[in-house]
Amino acid sequence: MSEFKGVWVFSEMQDLMLEMLTKAREIADKRQSELAAVLVGFNVQDRADELIKYGVDKVYLVDNQTLEHFRLEPYLSVLHNLVVSYKPEIVMIGSTRNGKALAARLATRLDVGVAPDCNGLSVDEQGRLIGERITYGGNAVAKIAFRVKPCVVTVPSRVFEKSEPKERDGQLVRLDVKIDESKTEVVDVKPLETSSVRLEDADVIVSCGRGLEKKEDKVLLDELANVLGGVVGNTRPLAEDRKWFTEWVGLSGHKVKPKLYIACGISGVIQHVAGIRDAKVIVAVNKDENAPIFEVADYGVVGNLYEILPALKEALKRQLQ
Amino acid sequence: MKQAVDVSQLKIDSATRQLLVAGAPKKISDFDKNALEEAIRIKEKLSGGVEIFTLTVTAEDAKAVLREALAMGADKAYVVNDASFKNIDTLGTAYVLAHAIKKIGTFDLILCGETSLDSFSGLVGARLAELLGLPQIGYVRKLSVEGEAVVAERTLENVVETVKAKFPALVSVTREINQPRIPSLMMIMKASKKEIVSWTVADLGLQMEKLAAKIDVVEVLAPKTERKKIKITGENVQEIADKLAKALLQEGVVGRR
Repeated sequence: MSEFKGVWVFSEMQDLMLEMLTKAREIADKRQSELAAVLVGFNVQDRADELIKYGVDKVYLVDNQTLEHFRLEPYLSVLHNLVVSYKPEIVMIGSTRNGKALAARLATRLDVGVAPDCNGLSVDEQGRLIGERITYGGNAVAKIAFRVKPCVVTVPSRVFEKSEPKERDGQLVRLDVKIDESKTEVVDVKPLETSSVRLEDADVIVSCGRGLEKKEDKVLLDELANVLGGVVGNTRPLAEDRKWFTEWVGLSGHKVKPKLYIACGISGVIQHVAGIRDAKVIVAVNKDENAPIFEVADYGVVGNLYEILPALKEALKRQLQ
Repeated sequence: MKQAVDVSQLKIDSATRQLLVAGAPKKISDFDKNALEEAIRIKEKLSGGVEIFTLTVTAEDAKAVLREALAMGADKAYVVNDASFKNIDTLGTAYVLAHAIKKIGTFDLILCGETSLDSFSGLVGARLAELLGLPQIGYVRKLSVEGEAVVAERTLENVVETVKAKFPALVSVTREINQPRIPSLMMIMKASKKEIVSWTVADLGLQMEKLAAKIDVVEVLAPKTERKKIKITGENVQEIADKLAKALLQEGVVGRR
């Protein structure tokens, strides 16, 4: 009776759920098992069709007014209840800040392990699920296997890409389960004050580090980014030490995957590099020819960013015409 | 608190891509220092009646980092030190913490770092809250104590939530929340008189099977860098810029717009 079977996907964010389904479908096919999505919320039934189009065989729907907003204990009780009843082998949870706490607590309630923030998922030759994650501050990639089931993994946004939606058959299973009450009270919610651009969405990022002498000099980067249709980013010291910005690119900040990342006056400490590892092309401009950033760049220019950036802007303008 | 590998000083064997973890220096995980700093600020604000205990689970000696925590302002330090913790995972760690906390006694608030500097898993706080059945608030960047409750501001992907939880509760903090103090010589001297209580698996009556890892770390290797590493050189800035622009066009990463 203790046979665990099937791949499950859950996120309170529908887009992240759709992204994870691409990989989940592949693993379910390899396992010759069913792929199911757990859909939790209030008046969310219409999302079920979309989940089916993106590859799920079954949608478990728990629709209840008390589930309108994500609250840890209610969502946890629903997911735990379902996992105990249906015994999936793999539970993929979207690694949002709420999703991560949910995964940790679900795994604890089930007495199992978690592979958090996986950038890769695969099935090895022994048939084990392997989660890959960045660890040691970006110095290493760890491969994690599971000793007990179900295997709980969390997956951040934009690790996997959505597949093409197709008309296909799927089953909707509507369930009523006991829902725990929240142990915390949300007294206020306001939008996060961020720069209007989402670094994660950008195709081109022109980014500055300590080599930028004054905050106003960022205009050099703005102008180059403008020509490229990109956005401007920065390293952690410019945000935390100099307080010029509120966000940064890096392991502890935004992990980005643009087509082009231009690192200007960035030395290239490992924590920063871990945040740009998935960029298609990395360009480094730095005065110090021994800066570690050159070791992880496709194109390196040893030189003064105050000269190189304006010249590059003009060169690109000319060549793009 | 976790005694973590100082990742900024970690060396890598470039031939094998192995991490030379054994030789790397250790320190209090940064995020945990923020948690301790926040506890000290709460104590200072509430003037009296607050005691701060710090607790760590480790397989090796952690006295130096505990002394630092005591110097910063913790009143008493507890360490559960056992060689069997060498391969402990996040669930085992949370299990040991839960038992140690029960043995220490009653508490109002558990503060921990959102994640750790070295493994960066960010699971132990939530696991501990689950084992102790506590309300939990994560990713906290601002905190205040109001009577018998904690009110915290937490950042999510798109919103900032203000959340209230009655004591006892568990809060995990981000590095934004404060700037941890650096203890003065005076504080370091005073801290040498403070007590460090050391426990083992036997002292806590822990079940060995509960400490068994639920996951296997199959491999830990430095990532391969498959970058082209082409240096663009030229007679002058103009020439360099032209060459670089051309290369980017050929890569297809800059669009004709």
